[in-house]
Parts: sequence; C-alpha cells; structure tokens
Amino acid sequence: MSPEILCIIWFIILNVLLIGYAILDGFDLGVGIVHPFAAKTDTERRLVMNSIGPLWDGNEVWLVTFGGALFAMFPNAYASIFSAFYLPFVLLLFALIFRAVSLEFRSKRTSGAWRSFWDFLFFLGSTLSALLFGVAVGALMQGLNISELGDYQGTLLDMVTPFSLLVGLFTVALLAMHGSIYLYLKTEGELQERLHGWMWGTFYVYLAFFVVVTLYSTILVDASLKHFTDYPILWLVPMLNVLAIANIPRAISQHRPFYAFISSSCTIAALVFLFSAALYPNLLPATNNPDYAITIFNAASSPLTQKIGLIIVAIGMPLVLSYTILIYWTFRGKVELGEDSY
Amino acid sequence: MDIVLLSRLQFAFTVSFHYIFPPLTIGLGIIIAYLETKYYFTKKPIFAKACQFWVKIFVLNFAIGVASGIVMEFQFGTNWASYSRFVGDVFGSALAAEGIFAFFLESGFLAVVAFGRQMVHAGFYLFSVYMVAMGSIFSAIWIVVANSWQQTPAGHHVVNIMREGTLPDGSTGMIPWVVDGVLQRRAEIVNFVEMVFNHSTVYRLSHVLLGCLAVGAFHVLSISAYYMLKGKHPEFARHSFNGALIMAFVASLGLGINGHFQAQNVYEYQPVKMAAYEGHFETGRGDLHLIGWPNGEEERVDYAIGIPGGLSFLLFDDITFSKPVVGLDRFKKEDQPPLVISFFSWRAMVGLGSLMILLTGLGLFYNWRGNLKEKRWLLWCFVFAIGFVMVANHSGWISAEVGRQPWTVNPPVTWDETGEDLVVGADGKVEYNEAEGLRTENSISAAVTPAEALTSLILFVILYIALTAVWIFVLDRKIRTGPVPLGPDEVHDDAYGMRQATIDKQHARLSSDDDEKGGAV
Repeated sequence: MSPEILCIIWFIILNVLLIGYAILDGFDLGVGIVHPFAAKTDTERRLVMNSIGPLWDGNEVWLVTFGGALFAMFPNAYASIFSAFYLPFVLLLFALIFRAVSLEFRSKRTSGAWRSFWDFLFFLGSTLSALLFGVAVGALMQGLNISELGDYQGTLLDMVTPFSLLVGLFTVALLAMHGSIYLYLKTEGELQERLHGWMWGTFYVYLAFFVVVTLYSTILVDASLKHFTDYPILWLVPMLNVLAIANIPRAISQHRPFYAFISSSCTIAALVFLFSAALYPNLLPATNNPDYAITIFNAASSPLTQKIGLIIVAIGMPLVLSYTILIYWTFRGKVELGEDSY
Repeated sequence: MDIVLLSRLQFAFTVSFHYIFPPLTIGLGIIIAYLETKYYFTKKPIFAKACQFWVKIFVLNFAIGVASGIVMEFQFGTNWASYSRFVGDVFGSALAAEGIFAFFLESGFLAVVAFGRQMVHAGFYLFSVYMVAMGSIFSAIWIVVANSWQQTPAGHHVVNIMREGTLPDGSTGMIPWVVDGVLQRRAEIVNFVEMVFNHSTVYRLSHVLLGCLAVGAFHVLSISAYYMLKGKHPEFARHSFNGALIMAFVASLGLGINGHFQAQNVYEYQPVKMAAYEGHFETGRGDLHLIGWPNGEEERVDYAIGIPGGLSFLLFDDITFSKPVVGLDRFKKEDQPPLVISFFSWRAMVGLGSLMILLTGLGLFYNWRGNLKEKRWLLWCFVFAIGFVMVANHSGWISAEVGRQPWTVNPPVTWDETGEDLVVGADGKVEYNEAEGLRTENSISAAVTPAEALTSLILFVILYIALTAVWIFVLDRKIRTGPVPLGPDEVHDDAYGMRQATIDKQHARLSSDDDEKGGAV
C-alpha cells in the first residue's frame, strides 16, 4: 500500500468515527437541548434523562476514539487544531463535564432547587457542546492563520466569524431536531404528544438554517464546492441529503418516527461528509499561505504506525460494533423508570 | 506567569483530580465481579444487594472519571502541541488503542450493569460485570504503556520529518523539514511490541494495578468499617469487610515487593530520578534517609536520620551495605529533577505503603483472633485509611512524573562496561543526547498565550473544587443511606436476626417516603 492510500484510508476511518459520534452523541446532546422545554414535571424530566442514561457515555467514547485516532495518525493536525481552538475547547470540555455530572447528580437529592439546578446545567452543557462543535467546524472550513509549523497566529475573536457562528447555531438546531425525534421514539402518552410539536418546530428551524448555511457556504466559502467540478459524482451526497431532509416531515406525518430518526441520522452523516469533502485534502487550511496548510499527507504518521493502526481497527471495530448493537438492543423500546434509574 | 509553568500546573492539577476516579472504578470493578460471581453460584441475596450498592458508587465515580478523562486527552493537543507532534506517532497509537479496546468495552457493558439487572439473564449480567472489570483494567494498560514509553523509550527511532521541497539538483523531492533554521524531528514506531513492552512497562503497570486494587479494597473497608462501628447493615458489612481486608493486605504487600523491583528498574534506566528520590548527592555508598530535608544548595540532607548503606542494600540486594550508587553529582544542574518534590513524594508513597501493610496485617490478625469488632480504634483507622491510600497513590505518580523532569520524553543513559557507573563527558557529567529526548520546556503549544493558560487554569480549579464538594456530598449521602435492605422474603441467612429485620422495615418505610417526595435518591 502506498503511503498516500494509507493516509486516505485513515481520513475515511476518521470520518466514520466522526459520523458515528455526531449521530450517536448527537441525539444525547439534542435531548439535553430540548430537555427543560419539552419535559415539564419531574417524572417527565427523569424519563428524558433516562432515555439516554445507559447510552450517553458509550456514545461519548466515539469522540474519545476520534481524538485518539487523530492524535495517532495525524499528530500535526491534532496538535495544531487543538491548540488553535484553545479556549473554545476548554469551554467544550466544561460543557461535556456539565452534561455528564448533571445526569449523575440530579437524581441524588429530591429538593426542587437541586434538581432545577442540574436541569439547567444539563441544558447548558448540551447546548454549548453543540454550538462549539459547530463553531469549530465553521472555522475549520474557512481556515485559520497559522505559522509554518502549524501554530495558530490569530486571536479568539478572529475565528468567531459570522459563518462559524451560523454553523454553530445550525448544529444546535440540527441536534435539537435529532434529539426530539429520538425522544419521541422513546416516550409515550402526554410527553410524547408534546414532543410531536417539538419535532415539527425543531424541523422548521433546522430547515431554515439549512437553507441559509447552504447558500452562505456555496456563495461565500470557496472550499465547500471545490471538488464538485472534478468529481461530479459528489453531487449525489447533497441530493441524498435533500431527500433525507424531505423524508423527515413525511415520516413524522405518517407516524413512523423510526424512519424520521433514520432520515435525520442520514442528514447528519451527509453533512459531516460534505464538511470533510470541503476540507480534503486539508485537515487545517491556512488562510495566510496555502503552503502552510496541514494536509492528510504532510501531517501523517509513518506508514508503519498507520498499518499498526489498521490492525487495531480491524480487531477492535467489529468488537465495538457488536457490543454497541448489543447494548442498543438491550435498551430498546420505551424508557421506563425502575429502581436503578437516574 | 510563564506559559510552561502554567501548562504544567494545569496538567498536574487536572490529572491529579482525574486520578481520584479510575483507581476507584478499577478496584471496585474487580470487587463487584467477585461479589456477582459469588451471587451467581450461591444465589444468596446478600451478594446481590452488596453488588447493587457498589455498582451505584461505581457509576457515580465512573461518570466523573469519564468527564475528567476527556480533559486529559484534549490537553495533549491544547497545551502540549509540540510534544504531540514529537510523540504522536508512538504515544497516540496507545491512546487510540485505549479508546477502541478499553473505553467502548467498559462504557457499553456498564450500561447493562448499572441499568439492566432486571432486563437481562443472570448469566449475561455476570458476563457484563466481567467485561466492565476487564475494560477498566485495559484502560490502565494502554495509558501506562504510553506513559512508560515516555520514561524509558523503546521500539522507536527519532527521525527527521520529511517534506516536499527542492533537492540540491533542482528537482522536487522529499527533504528534511527545517523551520526557522530548526530541523524538525519526531519519534516513530519501529517495533510495536518493543514499544509496548518497553523497559519499565511491566513493573509500572503491575504497580499501578496493585495500587488500584488497594484503593478499591480500602474504599470498601472504609465504608464497611463505618457500618460496623455504627452497627448498621451488619451482614453486608461483615461480608464486604472480610473480603476487602484480604484483598487490601495482598495488594499492599504486593505493592511493597513490586515496588522494590521497580525501584531497581528506575535506578537502571533513570538513575538521576533515584538519586533525587533519596537525596543522594555524591556517587558512593547509598544511605537510606528515613527522615530529613534535602538541601540542594549545600548538597546534603539536613536533619537526616537513616540507615547508612541502606540504599545500596535495597538497589543491589547488597548485604555489605556499601556498593556505590550513582548520585546527583553525575548530572548537570539543568538535567536534574526538582529535588524537594521528588524527595518527599517518594517518601510519602513508601511510608504510607508500609503503614498500609501494617494496618491490614493487624486487621487480619485480630480478625483471626475473632476480636476485631472490639478494637474500635482499629476500625476507625480503616474508616480514614482510604484518604491516605489515595495520597500514597498520588504521591507515587507525582514522584514518577516530577522525577522524569526536565524531560517529557526521557533520553536514555549509558552505563560503562563495569555496569557500576555511567558513561560521562569530560566534565564528569552525563551528556544526554538531546535529539533522543524532548525537554518539557520545548513541549508546549506556541499558539497558547499565558493569559489563556491562566484563564483555563483558574476555571479548572474552580470547577473541580466545586465538583469535588458535590461528589463528596453525594457519596456521603449514598453511604449514609447504605445498601438497599433485604426484603423479608429474601432473608435466607440465619445470621440475619429479628432486630435487623425491624430496622430494615423502617428503612424501607423511610425510602418509600423519599419516593413520594420525588423518586430515586
């Protein structure tokens, strides 16, 4: 295998990990975003939290593995991106901590103030995580001002552009919709009826953002369509994406929430794909000097390490997929509160 | 403030906080596996209830462990970008393997263990418990492999980073990458197995796992000793205490024995670290200082009380107490680790470790005599011992990591042909090959400003202090509430008396009151 092929394979594997994370932890974060609004009583809020209770930390491992794989296979990209987004990522870590501990702590006391406090942190952590992921994606698509070594030279405010903020809000809307559909699947009765409204509401917000972001990026962000002229087959992805988005309201009207969930998962996968296609072959585009850009080729680890990594993935991924399926199968169906619940 | 210092402080602080939790979950995971196995084969409900109680505590610790663990992974990139570029090829692989092999296993099956007892077959539940215990052990393996490679690198070579450029003949090709006159180099794996089993991995990993076992066992001892003192949940407390006492004794003794060999290994591969631990300034007979204050300026240990030649004995198993030990005088000032922290963290670990053996030995003795319950002072010692065991664990890591300074990747030393002294330069000092290692001061992120690092450090301190407070508060409530009492139809154990049954009923009523007030507590 030539070194270039290895780099491309690893770029694809990283994409798979990122898509896995975005779909799976995406609904956890979405659940957190709609949590305080869609669920009114304490029991409802417990139902909402327990719908992701057994799953969220397994879902977060996709992010940890993505980070580890980026570190191992493209160390220069990992170093440059993570140090460039220093304060945003510190905030992201805080948001993820808020989300984790509020799930864990909320049920440990009965007082109303205690529970409302953790409800708020759960909402804040989930929303902030989604927003920051989106801002990072938007900023990466536009590229950063970096040194020859790859160290970021701008300030925090330079990366908070209208576009990156827009992508941030877009991500919040997307995950809120994804989470609402997931919750609709997992709940029953009055709560489920209320979530029906939330599915529609979040869908329209998402649709509005989708149109704006699509227009903005195709007109003003050069990277987004750069490979489409050379590889017209790529047009298939946005077309499938539009079909998936169109299928969401159809599935909701037909009372087939599972199809709506699959469709929203597909649109997430398509968006992550379009993001990577816009970057390729860069991992971090340089705005000041294209030669400084960090690409999947110049940031790569040695071919031996990439091959060892492939062996690890070949052994590990089937295991990971088998127990992910096993766990989701075990906790299928409507969420119920038992003595082990949060 | 200096960006290097700020980044080091932040890493030290966040990793110390994080490391409260993994040992608890690794240790508890093994204990839960033991209890669930007992339950599966005996079907005695006491084991199921004990298991359920420890699972609740496990889950609480696990959530904070996961959340604070992601911080660690991110920090290599956010604060230590130069380090990440240098080691990513080697170090990153171990981290990625940890994610795939350990974290997915642990978090996936923890879902079943924590929430699924009513949903799955007993056999599958037992299997899940084993998988969680295994997953937590695997995670320790990979991170210790990565850390050991930093201490005693092996299975790699350090090479120039190649970039596309203009060759001398004018054509384009791969040439060494030079930025601002600095040749860019990094470590790459040559032999994965040698990298994984580098010179210190086995010693350090067994030490870490034994430390985790000790923390888990002392944690159980603490809570069950408290119940014994208060006369609560006697059956649960007795079972938990007896099992954990044996485990704690074995772990403590194992730590001592393993620690002895590990120290010899440290001396062989990182002699300056050992010299700093012992405040051994001059190459020659090694004295063992039991107490003292290392005086770096005067190059002596003040107020020292110790065993002359004791260090020679421990390092070489030398009964003449006289073989020469390489001292700090073989190393340049800038190549020595901070003296006072190394000296005292090492002493705290060894001293507390010895007390752990003594305490568990006494516990076993009185338990064998059958009068442990009358020795209330000893039970109180067990209640508070967990805090000191954690301090010992942390001290061990502090001595390991501070002792590695001023390097993040420690270059090797060379012994002369006698094997008794180091190969030194003209000035009598060891000449490290700078190209083989990486200094801490060269490991930081150029993109991060001191103001940013200070901001994040302050925020982490505030957040983690608040989290610690809530964690202790919630844990304390859990412990006071205790294990869910056995229902009357589940009582099979004869030792389970009338009086306890009454207490249990009362508990049940209290907890149903709680339910009315808003559910699970």
